[in-house]
Parts: sequence; C-alpha cells; structure tokens
Amino acid sequence: MAQSEGPEGPAPTQWRQGPNGPAPTQSRQAILTVRALRKYFPVRGGILQTVQAQVKAVDGVSFDVQRGEILGIVGESGCGKSTLARLIQCLITPDAGEIHFAGQNTLTTSAAAFKAFCRQVQMVFQDPYASLNPRMNIEDAVAFNARVHGDSRTTARTKAWEALHKVGLRPEQFGRRYPHELSGGQRQRVNIARALVLNPQLVILDEPVSSLDKSVQAQVLNLLQTLKHDLGLTYLFISHDLLVIEYLSDRVLVMYLGQIMEMGSTDAVSTAPLHPYTQALFASAPSMNPDARLDYLPLLGDPPNPINPPSGCRFRTRCSHAMEQCSAASPPLLPVGSHDRYVACYLYSEQAVKPG
Amino acid sequence: MAEPALIHPPQELLEGPAGTPMSYWKLVWWRLRRDKVTLVAAAVILCIVLSAVLAPYLAPHNPAQGSIRKRLAPLGTPGYILGTDEQGRDMLSRLLYGGRLSLTAGVVPVCIALLAGATLGILAGFMGRGVNMLIMRTMDIFYAFPSVLLAIAISGALGAGVGNTIIALSIVFTPPITRVAESVTTQVRGWEFMEAARASGAGTVMIICHHMIANVVAPIFVYASTLVSVSIILASGLSFLGLGASPPNAEWGLMLNTLRQSIYVNTWVPVLPGVMIFVTSMAFNLLSDGLRDAMDVRL
Repeated sequence: MAQSEGPEGPAPTQWRQGPNGPAPTQSRQAILTVRALRKYFPVRGGILQTVQAQVKAVDGVSFDVQRGEILGIVGESGCGKSTLARLIQCLITPDAGEIHFAGQNTLTTSAAAFKAFCRQVQMVFQDPYASLNPRMNIEDAVAFNARVHGDSRTTARTKAWEALHKVGLRPEQFGRRYPHELSGGQRQRVNIARALVLNPQLVILDEPVSSLDKSVQAQVLNLLQTLKHDLGLTYLFISHDLLVIEYLSDRVLVMYLGQIMEMGSTDAVSTAPLHPYTQALFASAPSMNPDARLDYLPLLGDPPNPINPPSGCRFRTRCSHAMEQCSAASPPLLPVGSHDRYVACYLYSEQAVKPG
Repeated sequence: MAEPALIHPPQELLEGPAGTPMSYWKLVWWRLRRDKVTLVAAAVILCIVLSAVLAPYLAPHNPAQGSIRKRLAPLGTPGYILGTDEQGRDMLSRLLYGGRLSLTAGVVPVCIALLAGATLGILAGFMGRGVNMLIMRTMDIFYAFPSVLLAIAISGALGAGVGNTIIALSIVFTPPITRVAESVTTQVRGWEFMEAARASGAGTVMIICHHMIANVVAPIFVYASTLVSVSIILASGLSFLGLGASPPNAEWGLMLNTLRQSIYVNTWVPVLPGVMIFVTSMAFNLLSDGLRDAMDVRL
C-alpha cells in the first residue's frame, strides 16, 4: 500500500531551484535542522497572574528533515506535535534550542529574512473550518499570501488561480465562493493551495486530514503525494493516525510528552518497533483483518500531566519494561543499528552505536 | 438554504464585463438592493437628511420668528399645516430646521466614537496583555459614571453649545464601542486563520486590514448604529438642561421639552418632534439591521 520511493528518495531532477541558488546536487541534505528545541508554556494563576507551573510542551527535541523526504511525526494528543509545528513555522518563539532552515538560523534573522523564510516554509493547518477567513472568498484567501510578498493584485490573483488549479479546484467555479460554501475536503484543498502559492520548499502539515472523513482523507493524501512529486516539496507531516503516516511518510518520528522516543524509516519502525511506546502505539492501531483483533489494550491510562512529567524516562509510568535506571535519568536518543534508526530507551543501550 | 438564489447572485452577475470578480462590497450592495425594509429605512433617512439640508428652501416660515396671536394652532391650520408651537412659530419650519441640529448631534458623536472606540478596541484586542489592560481599565473609569451624568458633567465643564455637546457625547459613547470592539477582536484573534496569516509572513498592519477589519467591523458597526437614536435623545436632554442647543434654535429634543406643557391644550402638535425622533431612530435601527445581514457572507 505505501508507495515507497525507494531508499534514495526522489530523483534529484525533481528538486526545484531555490531562491538561494541552484538546487543541491548531493542526495542527502538536511533542509531543516532542529537542535535541543524547548518550549514551556507558563500556567498563570492567582491574583497577580504569576507563573504557577510550566507545561513542558516540547522538551529537548532534535532532528533533521532531509530535502525531498516526508517526515512523519506521530504521537498521542497533547504530546507536543502541534507546538513543534508552530515552533518551526516561527509562530511561537522557543525558550531554548536552534532551528536552521537551509543553513540559516531562523530564530536570529532580520524581518526581511524572516519574510523570505515564510516564503519557503508554509503550514497547512488542522481545522479546515477555522483556518479560512469566513469573510474572504477563497481566491482572495489564496492570493493574500502572494500579496504579502509584494505581488500586485493581478499577479497575486493569477498565482492564486494557478495554485487552485494545482489542488484540483476549478478557480472559475470556486474562486469567488466563501469557505462556508465548501466541504471540509475542499476547504483543506484551499489551505494547501494557500501554502503552495508562495512556492515553498518545506510544507508543514499539521494533521491535515484528521478532521476529514475517510474517502476524502484518501483524496487529500493522494493529492499531497502528487504535489510533492510534481513540485519537489519536502513535507513535515504531523498526525496521530498511524495508517496515514505509514501510507505517506518516508521516515517517522515518534513523540511522547514533548520528547522523541524513536526515529527511523517508516518501514523499519512499523515492521519492527523498538521502543516500548512505539510497540504499544503500533499494536493499538486497529487492523482490517478480523483475526488480528485486539483482545487486550496494549497501553493503559492517559499520558501523565506535562506540567509534572515523570522523572527520567517520561514513558516509564506506563512501560512494562521499566527498570530502576529509567527513573534516574532520561535515556538519550541514540542510534541503534543502521538506517538512521534512533531510540531513546535503556533496553537498547548496549546495542547503541556509541558516538565518537 | 431554502432560497440560495436570493443570497448568492447568479453567475452572470458575478462576472463583470471585463471578467473582474464581484468584490465584497459589490456583493453587499447587491444584497441590500433586494431588501425592501432596509431600502425603505434608507429612503426615510435620506428624506430626513435632505429635508434638513434643504431646510432654507423648503421651510415656509422663519423658524425663529413667531406670533403670540397664532400660538398653539392645531394641525391643518391654513398656512401652518403642522400647526404652531407655544410661541406661535411654524412647526413645519422648525421641524425641518430642527433636523439639522438633531441629526448632527445624533450622527457626529457616534461617528467620532466609532472611529476612536473601534481603533482602541481593536488595538486592545489585538495587542492583548499590557496594552489591553491599559486601554480597557481606562475605559472602565468612564463606566463608573452613568452615561447621562457623564455627558452633563463634560458639557457643563466645556460650556453650552452644540459643539460641546458633540464632544461630550463622543466621550460618552467611546467606552461601550471600545468594549464591543475589544471582545469581538479577542474572539477573532483566537481563530486559526489569523495564525495562518501570520505564517504567511504578513505584518501586523496587513493582518489587521485584511483579516481583522472585515470580521470585526460588522458587529461594531451594528452596535454603533443603535447608538444614533440614543445620541439624539441624549443631545436633546442636554439641550433641555441648557447645555446643548440654546432656545431660539430649533432642535427636536428641545422642541419636545418646551412643548410638553402644551400637551393638554393641543395634543398632536407636541407629539410631532417625538414622532420625528422615533421615525429617525427606528429608520437607523432598521438600516443597521439590514446592513448587518447584507455584510454577513455566511448567511
């Protein structure tokens, strides 16, 4: 089912020329580098609105996104996936850590460089109903992004029509409709068109299909895949739906309570999950095979409160393999075996490839 | 969706001769033209405004000159179709001239307050936190006084006159409009499309102009238009207290107040300024309702 692209990724000819010069020629190059990213949200309370506690939404996350790949980010609700997306899109400022896009630190750039960054990194939001301005017709909504970057009204409209064509909405029919006249799938196509109008290199998809019904999900996923191939895009695909991740992504990153638990190629992670959390996650995905029905729940309870996460490994309170050292210190994310596989678990510390 | 054709123009109307898209305001205008009640209300307001503007040409008599012999003539008196007031001045002329002051005192303060209140409220709602605190708490100070008392206090401090009435009423109407604008803005700010706009790299001004205004302006506008009638009544109240229009001038509220003792002598003539206030404020309310419906693209 998964239309795997092979280990080499898409052919280099599909890379489009970026504004910073010719497209790179080497086969593996990180377009986005995230290092030790941390975001705590203060919980205010009391008469003076003082900070009472902090929600540790993203806590020390590091990973790379290779040019031309689809990196899936998966995890339960509230594990920090959407916060991570907003951090990368620079909608919120991290407390610590670094984000490099195409070699440039996005957190210390000037206003002009930030605008150029927005051109290259675009986000598709989760809720197709709230993410479109109800008083703006879809042509204007898509054209707005082009106008922000200095296009004239006419040029922006032409670009908007092109983008609407790309996502399969006939602009002459849909252009002047308002969001409330469209279905959820159509709205999500408009959202995608809005992201594409700036010709971005990286598209962050924050659960783009989770509020759509299954048949529409498939349409949108296929559209995303076609667009990726045609335009040479890189996707950061966030979802809580494992089947969607398996279908679409080349690599997968498993998050739990703001930290990365496991990272590796989708095939490797789905066939042989290493981390106990990943194992439970994949075991709990419902199967189409009636004989493979679950008679037991692989994982009990809710994730702990991110205001006060467990000491050491964050998963240890729900883990069947929890050991004494798990509560002492958080296991580092170490490479295990080959194929860029990383696991943050003491069960694999002997197999881990020691750095240096 | 019973009658979608009434709400959405047919396709041939959407495309202009040069293939240009139908703009938002064109759509609003298209809808307004099909709303009979709103059209009637607009026509009534237009008539009142025109008659006030053209009062010198329409009035049969001098509105300030009366005759004691002809005082309190009933409706239909030859030469004085709408009768005369307690000083024998022609009511029709005074009503025409009175519209000038009453409409000015009704509309101008609301316009000023709308501009000031919407700016402050949108700013407070958009910036949040400290700015919000500063603006909204300042507005709360004005809420500490009843609006009539505040208007009297400001008018009294500035002195009598229509200009000072307008200043006083503008100050009185700014806090409630600010509050409405702030609450609407705060609500709109939380929607995901605002975040999407920020993700496009748009600056604050551009986001406010393109995404904020259209979503907050309708409720603020509708609220402000209901204040027009309140403003007319408050202005006449100030005139009654000697803080607004001064007696020889004609003003509906002032006329109503001076004629109120004559209501037992001649029932219908004192009612006329009241009818004018009622009809004008009603027409403003209906027009604002119609505008709200026409401006809501979700309908």
